[in-house]
Amino acid sequence: MRKNYNFAFLDEGSKREIRRAILKGVAIPGYQVPFASREMPIGRGWGTGGLQLTLSCIGPDDTLKVIDQGSDASVNAVSIRGLVRETTGVETTTATQEATLIQSRHRIPERPLTRDQLLVLQVPTPEPLRTYEARETVTKRLHAEAEYTGAYLELFEQIVRYGTTTTGADHPVMVEGRYVMAPSPIPRYDNAKLDMAENLTLLGAGREKKIYAVPPYTHVESLAFDDYPFVTEEFEGAHCHRCGATGVYLTQTVDPATGEQIWMCSDTDYCDQRVEAASSASAAKGGDAR
Amino acid sequence: MGYVAVSGGEQAIAASLDLTELKRVGAGRSVDVETILAALPELVAQVESEGSLWAPEVAATAVKQAQGSVEEAVFLMRAYRSTLERLYTSRVIDTDTMRVDRRISAAFKDIAGGQILGATRDYSHRLIEFELVDEAPADVRERAAELEHALAAEPSADAAEAQTHVPRVLTYLREINMVKAYPQDDTEPVDITKTPLAFPAPRSVILQALSRGLTQAVIAIGYAAIRGFGLSHPTVGELRRGTVAITIDAPGAEADATEDDAYYLGAIPVTEVESLIVSDEVDDRGNHRSALDVGYGLVVGNDESKAIAMSVLDHSLRADDVRYPTQDQEFVLYHIDGVEATGFISHLKLPHYVTFQSKLDSALRSMAEEGGEADA
Repeated sequence: MRKNYNFAFLDEGSKREIRRAILKGVAIPGYQVPFASREMPIGRGWGTGGLQLTLSCIGPDDTLKVIDQGSDASVNAVSIRGLVRETTGVETTTATQEATLIQSRHRIPERPLTRDQLLVLQVPTPEPLRTYEARETVTKRLHAEAEYTGAYLELFEQIVRYGTTTTGADHPVMVEGRYVMAPSPIPRYDNAKLDMAENLTLLGAGREKKIYAVPPYTHVESLAFDDYPFVTEEFEGAHCHRCGATGVYLTQTVDPATGEQIWMCSDTDYCDQRVEAASSASAAKGGDAR
Repeated sequence: MGYVAVSGGEQAIAASLDLTELKRVGAGRSVDVETILAALPELVAQVESEGSLWAPEVAATAVKQAQGSVEEAVFLMRAYRSTLERLYTSRVIDTDTMRVDRRISAAFKDIAGGQILGATRDYSHRLIEFELVDEAPADVRERAAELEHALAAEPSADAAEAQTHVPRVLTYLREINMVKAYPQDDTEPVDITKTPLAFPAPRSVILQALSRGLTQAVIAIGYAAIRGFGLSHPTVGELRRGTVAITIDAPGAEADATEDDAYYLGAIPVTEVESLIVSDEVDDRGNHRSALDVGYGLVVGNDESKAIAMSVLDHSLRADDVRYPTQDQEFVLYHIDGVEATGFISHLKLPHYVTFQSKLDSALRSMAEEGGEADA
């Protein structure tokens, strides 16, 4: 049965259609291009937008990495990686630097990406203005007129009420001074990685049927005020319990052995590579001593 | 690596799938696809209607694989549909030529062509027939023979079996100019599976989205529209159920090619409803009059509630003055698709560790800050 499916699941006509939307998105950074999102074998809201981008762009020579919340082993990453592998036969990897195509949900890898790498981000809600305007017809007009008062007003209201902005992940960004864009629910910590990146980032929202892009070397600025600058998540004094890293995105967890609160790298590949490097360095050191 | 709750996902998923499959076969009994087609035709039809693909055997297989979950079976159908190339556009189907096995009107008692009750549970008493627990295949055959014999004596049954070209109830109302007139529009409809929604949505988009919408959602929102959150209380002018023939023009056919020159692909079962809704009409001289507008519903299969609700929503989504969510195209059309609704709801089960950490960070920071004085 599986053999009856085309390379990369979708028929070639659908893929071409999606690639045309991608090209338009690249030509207008930050602009949400509507596209005829197909129903996929995974749930709407589970990364179908990213998956369609991946399947439309992938070729037999690509090496694929899929992460979810920074982890290659997360259930949904495993599922998506398996689906792409089964329908294309491409190589997969967990090492960020080996991948030519990385599909991710909610994170950008810690290791900076290069011009030879394509990053695909899964997007649940592509419309950054949706929180205060429910209607698509209205938000489309607001974007056309670059009328972003509401986006700033929202941050302003948070400051008035809480003394600080209270956005979590998906903090809106201004792309190349023109479009306000939802960077997908990456933590605020990752927003800076989009700015003047060497790689192309494609963002796909399957359920909402939108594709948009941040081409290489595009200015991406997180929305903020001069007197209330943009702040990323804070991990002061924290380090990864496993590899000792600081200056990376950490998540809190509880050490099952001791029951105390610890921090871990959210990017598991980054953490693994550090642990491996440390152990081979200490092995090399040990060799020297002998 | 026990430190990430979801690590080891690959084995966990494989085992979870095995568990699910074991649930399907664990009791040591299964039901073959042919039996599903014969015994559960309405379930198969619902899966086809929401799956937006008429393919009985595929739908029955999906039902089997999904262990009877309609949500899952529809999902399977939709994903399968995405891999099929769209090769042809059918000729316009004229439902006047429907091969009717049931047609009723709630507007007029005596209608040309007659009311044909056909098979319906409308007037049955909903009592569970506990005898069915012990029904054996021999009993089924015996019962079928009995019923066929009894119905053979019924004179109208034969006629009801093969009614084609049944006159339309609304024709009379149209002739006396009681129904709002719309110009015939046979332009190729927008294919909503190949074009994203845009607003205001053309009629063809509204009709497609409703027709393949989540059955219970169409009914629930349609219900809201007639109960109080909408203005339309319709009268079912005509409900007809039967099969319509699908034909395509031969490649390179002339624009004026007739049905007779076309290829016949098959017939699909549909239920069609024309509802009459009293509405205000303004004539050329600015005079108001009360006229009847038509709401249209057409669904694959025989879900009459869905077809009627669709007709209600078709009408309410054409309102100029949006007062209720049931008249709001974005509210209804964006949320009525079953695969989208269940997909996004179910995604909440995915890990949100990174985003939740980010939320937590903001919440902690706001606790540390002095809030403003403003009563915001």
